[in-house]
Amino acid sequence: MTDHSDIDTVSGTATTGHQWDGIKELNTPLPRWWLITFYLTIVWAIGYWVVYPAWPLISSNTKGVFGYSTRADVAVELANLDRIRGEKMVALGAASLADIEKDPALLALARARGKTVFGDNCAPCHGSGATGSKGFPNLNDDDWLWGGTLDQIMQTIQYGARSGNPKAHEGQMLAFGKEGVLKQDQIVDVANYVRSLSGLSTRAGYDAAAGAKIFADNCVACHGEKGKGNPELGAPNLSDKIWLYGSDEATLIETITNGRGGVMPAWEGRLDPATIKAMAVYVHSLGGGK
Amino acid sequence: MSFWTRHHVFEKNSIILVVGILLVIAIGGLVEILPLFYLKSTIEVVDGVRPYTPLELAGRNVYVREGCYLCHSQMIRPLRDEVERYGHFSLAAESMYDHPFQWGSKRTGPDLARVGGKYSDDWHVTHLTNPRAIVPQSVMPAYAFLASTEVDPETIADHLKTLRAVGVPYTDDQVANAAADLSAQASPDDSGTDALAKRYPKAVVRNFDGKAGLPTEMDALIAYLQMLGTLVDFKLYNEKANLR
Amino acid sequence: MSQPLIQPSRAKSMTIGESGLALVFTVTAFLCVIASAKAVDRPFAFHAALAAAASVASVFVILNRYFDRPATLPPQEINGRPNYNLGPIKFGAAIAMFWGIAGFLVGLIIAAQLAWPELNFEPWLSFGRLRPLHTSAVIFAFGGNVLIATSFYVVQKTCRVRLAGELAPWFVVLGYNFFILVAGSGYLLGVTQSKEYAEPEWYADLWLTIVWVVYLLVFLGTVIRRKEPHIFVANWFYLAFIVTIAVLHLVNNPALPVSVFGSKSYIAWGGVQDAMFQWWYGHNAVGFFLTAGFLAIMYYFIPKRAERPIYSYRLSIIHFWSLIFLYIWAGPHHLHYTALPDWTQTLGMTFSVMLWMPSWGGMINGLMTLSGAWDKLRTDPVLRMLVVSVAFYGMSTFEGPMMSIKVVNSLSHYTDWTIGHVHSGALGWVGFVSFGALYCLVPWLWDRRLYSLKLVNWHFWVSTLGIVLYISAMWVSGILQGLMWRAYTSLGFLEYSFIETVEAMHPFYVIRAAGGALFLIGSLIMAYNLWMTVRAGEVEVSSPVALQPAQ
Ligand code: HEC
Ligand code: HEC
Ligand code: HEC
Ligand code: HEM
Ligand code: HEM
Ligand SMILES: [Ca+2]
Ligand SMILES: [Ca+2]
Ligand SMILES: [Cu+2]
Repeated sequence: MTDHSDIDTVSGTATTGHQWDGIKELNTPLPRWWLITFYLTIVWAIGYWVVYPAWPLISSNTKGVFGYSTRADVAVELANLDRIRGEKMVALGAASLADIEKDPALLALARARGKTVFGDNCAPCHGSGATGSKGFPNLNDDDWLWGGTLDQIMQTIQYGARSGNPKAHEGQMLAFGKEGVLKQDQIVDVANYVRSLSGLSTRAGYDAAAGAKIFADNCVACHGEKGKGNPELGAPNLSDKIWLYGSDEATLIETITNGRGGVMPAWEGRLDPATIKAMAVYVHSLGGGK
Repeated sequence: MSFWTRHHVFEKNSIILVVGILLVIAIGGLVEILPLFYLKSTIEVVDGVRPYTPLELAGRNVYVREGCYLCHSQMIRPLRDEVERYGHFSLAAESMYDHPFQWGSKRTGPDLARVGGKYSDDWHVTHLTNPRAIVPQSVMPAYAFLASTEVDPETIADHLKTLRAVGVPYTDDQVANAAADLSAQASPDDSGTDALAKRYPKAVVRNFDGKAGLPTEMDALIAYLQMLGTLVDFKLYNEKANLR
Repeated sequence: MSQPLIQPSRAKSMTIGESGLALVFTVTAFLCVIASAKAVDRPFAFHAALAAAASVASVFVILNRYFDRPATLPPQEINGRPNYNLGPIKFGAAIAMFWGIAGFLVGLIIAAQLAWPELNFEPWLSFGRLRPLHTSAVIFAFGGNVLIATSFYVVQKTCRVRLAGELAPWFVVLGYNFFILVAGSGYLLGVTQSKEYAEPEWYADLWLTIVWVVYLLVFLGTVIRRKEPHIFVANWFYLAFIVTIAVLHLVNNPALPVSVFGSKSYIAWGGVQDAMFQWWYGHNAVGFFLTAGFLAIMYYFIPKRAERPIYSYRLSIIHFWSLIFLYIWAGPHHLHYTALPDWTQTLGMTFSVMLWMPSWGGMINGLMTLSGAWDKLRTDPVLRMLVVSVAFYGMSTFEGPMMSIKVVNSLSHYTDWTIGHVHSGALGWVGFVSFGALYCLVPWLWDRRLYSLKLVNWHFWVSTLGIVLYISAMWVSGILQGLMWRAYTSLGFLEYSFIETVEAMHPFYVIRAAGGALFLIGSLIMAYNLWMTVRAGEVEVSSPVALQPAQ
């Protein structure tokens, strides 16, 4: 194109005639396939703008010929999901808990539903195998704080315990030490007495009689005469080998001194009613349902 | 003059080249960003979204400082699996007072846009102190030190004022009582809790970290986490009006 | 650097630049001491003290340099040839190597933390604080120094003129690295705005603004005084990179500090608008920092190394303008399906797809420049590195438009697929093109022969293996993760809980860490090779003006 241009011997193409620090440029035309593909993407883009919401205007934006919207789309998708799940899921929502357990198809469905919801919502506290951990009860055994019937379990899941929901299980153990009801040595005595209820070894020289007396005065109201617990109050059975927070002396002293008041969230509102039912059935079927 | 030699204008004059570059790069940004400020449909009309309480704000600052957004999104997409897993898809209105936004770009951990109320305070304390104590498979770092660092109530009013200057509608009343509100929210026995609840509807008052004493960063962070996604009542939300 | 001709007759005096800068730094030192004393938080006190120390050091260096230098300033030309200013370039090249290794090491650490979370050490060394350290160290510290160093070199050589300013180029290199120091130490101390790739707080942002303006002035000043009638294509790309990064930085970062003596600030933008600003910025940081800037490197170093003309002048014009025009629009592909309105997402997606060919224009120009010289790839591992980098560039700019399509993004977004895409661009393109450029540049700058081509070969293969492990692991884990999140059982229930997907990622995180380790080892081999080149390498044919690099 200018007088300086020369022909590159290797490619046979002309250069532009300039060079910078020895670098020249060939005047090769645009590769055709490249240009065509570029045009194709542009044509495609224009087509896309016609079909979908695209360009902003003064007070709104172009909506596209079908009025597409991601938000409308997901509503359709969710409705489709209900269709996949089919009539059975509707039936599950309508059936009573007892009927669900009696109908094998509904039971299977409830368990399947329960299993998938459990992983994201319950497992973080109760563990992926529902085996629980310190402060979070094991849901596989037949030891229940708030009762193990279907209705009781449903109640716990729907409203929670100490969750702030008006219908939640309320009431918790007094912080006997912190509130000054019991003194340190009394707490040691009653803690050891509690250990003796389930046959655990006790600290040498602790005053068993005093422990029993303190227990009778302060604890039986909730935990019962023999420490068998009371599901009405969420008071655990202290005579079995199952412990929510632990049975070593230090942990017991901690529990009695400060109380616990573990919180189980309410799932009403977060999970739909049919799913809550399914959860109850699922938990009930884990092995320990009454 | 051929098409190609016209380009010599740019090649021979660096100032024209710079101006050309500036013009070319200005267009896209202007067209995409400016309308977001004037189109009414950008931010949905909803009830309930309010500025953060002082304690929540302090917690949010911890969230930013520790880089939680690098593993957690706060943006539920309108896709059926996300809506099922995390709840209603996120609205623009829900983050309108967020400076900066915390939508995130990577989900190494789950979305947190609606984690508020999902777990107990105790769970959060245990989890933040040692995630693997409670979720053995977790890859989340531990943040035990938050329980022993106190939040400074003295400077919090300045934060509210600064946010007000960038457009968050804090009232004089809220600014004046920022320090008191910060302490009150973490101590249920405080006399200021009723006033706090008036200034910030739906604010949760609890001793979040379960420890006596001044509010810690643990209190603040949990207060923030517990309010995430709880402000909009979706029963009252008009889906149809907010398709865009 | 060889001694310029000394003219003892002239009386020695300070230039305006020297005295002015010394004065400014003296004042700055005082102000920073006061700021440090009045600081409302400890990181701010630390940073102010650091700035005070740096200011004092600067005054000292300026005075020292003045006393040591001859009365006259270095001449613009010696014997009719430009007297190139190489000092700042040498510094930039060396420190780029340092930051590269540091950044890859931190990358390896965070990769290991995701595989073995016990490796988090709170509060300073936990994942959330180290990850921005990694991204900033590799992009801004490593990449940025490579860009500054090569741009100063290329602009001088292709304009046949000495770099504009005497102290200014040093101010740019040192000032930029001081910014990195403040930003990086800030992350560890928890100072961050949380805007990805723009995390530094308000005072670091302000400092960077000053440095960047000077950078633009030095670069533009050199181009304006060029001895060539036309501006070389690499310099178009460098200019687009410098100008656009300035615009992006200013628009994305405006913030109001809570106290002028404290590190915390609140960004002016909020919610959905902030998200749009952020990803308009974030995407174009990719487009102009990691793409336009490194394409400039490609346009000089590949033809130079291959000793071949650039394939197509016309292609470079079209792809330059279309690239910078279209890139700006593509930001919303980072916000698909979010609360950003649908119309904006459509624009982001369509412009990303149209961006495909303009991106490939650069790849074609890079690869086809090799035509007639393909055989050199067998013998010259440096050229091979450069060429493979262009291939990776082509790959990630195909993958990117594909991921911008909303259906694809609904799967890939939030997953490791994005991380795989990032690192095919970052390790393959940015990493390799930088390595190639440094392998060329260091021998030219120090006037030596490269110590060992065999070691370059080792570096090439070890790192390539590392990249392959890294990105294939991330593709598999990303797609697996995306599919698991959306998997439904035949009954219509979600199949996996989130934590099951976390567990499933573990093997891939281990493989990724192994890949990262290989990449790091490669860069250590490189550092050794370059070190030996500078320290022990034989002196290349010494020209009378040793400033003229031999090729
Ligand atoms: C924040 C942690 C947490 C989450 C999440 C959680 N739980 Fe609980 N759950 C608890 C605690 C704590 C208790 C014990 C309450 C008490 O001490 O009285 C409990 C108790 C229960 C009980 C009663 C056990 C008994 O012995 O009476 C059932 C049933 C139960 N949870 C089921 C579920 C289900 C189903 C889910 C998920 C939908 C779930 N939980 C989610 C913490 C949680
Ligand atoms: C107001 C009713 C109430 C009274 C009175 C009461 N408890 Fe409890 N107790 C509970 C409840 C409810 C729990 C479950 C933990 C919780 O949520 O606080 C509990 C839990 C416990 C536990 C923990 C069991 C485990 O599995 O870890 C021990 C031990 C215990 N109580 C001992 C006592 C002793 C000793 C006394 C008397 C000094 C006492 N309780 C008085 C209601 C009561
Ligand atoms: C390295 C990545 C990482 C970082 C950084 C991180 N997390 Fe997590 N987070 C996870 C993972 C993985 C999970 C899922 C496993 C679990 O529950 O621990 C999780 C779970 C959670 C959950 C439970 C969410 C749910 O719905 O089950 C909360 C709340 C949480 N993180 C808060 C935080 C906060 C607050 C921070 C910052 C202070 C943070 N995370 C930092 C990875 C991370
Ligand atoms: C030894 C080499 C490297 C290793 C082991 C490594 C590792 C990592 C890891 C583990 C992450 C976090 C991913 C996540 O959050 O899931 C990451 C993010 C990132 N890295 Fe690297 N990296 C390396 C090199 C590089 C290089 C050379 C660059 C750029 C030039 C780079 C740029 C980035 C970017 C931009 C991100 C953020 C990605 C995003 O947010 O989507 N990395 N890296
Ligand atoms: C035509 C060119 C390109 C297009 C259209 C493109 C597109 C995309 C898309 C769609 C994403 C995913 C966004 C998300 O889902 O969150 C992404 C992420 C990313 N890309 Fe590209 N890409 C291109 C080229 C490149 C190149 C060459 C690099 C660089 C080295 C690069 C670096 C990145 C980074 C760092 C991210 C992660 C951003 C973040 O989330 O932190 N891209 N890109
Ligand atoms: Ca990211
Ligand atoms: Ca910033
Ligand atoms: Cu992008």
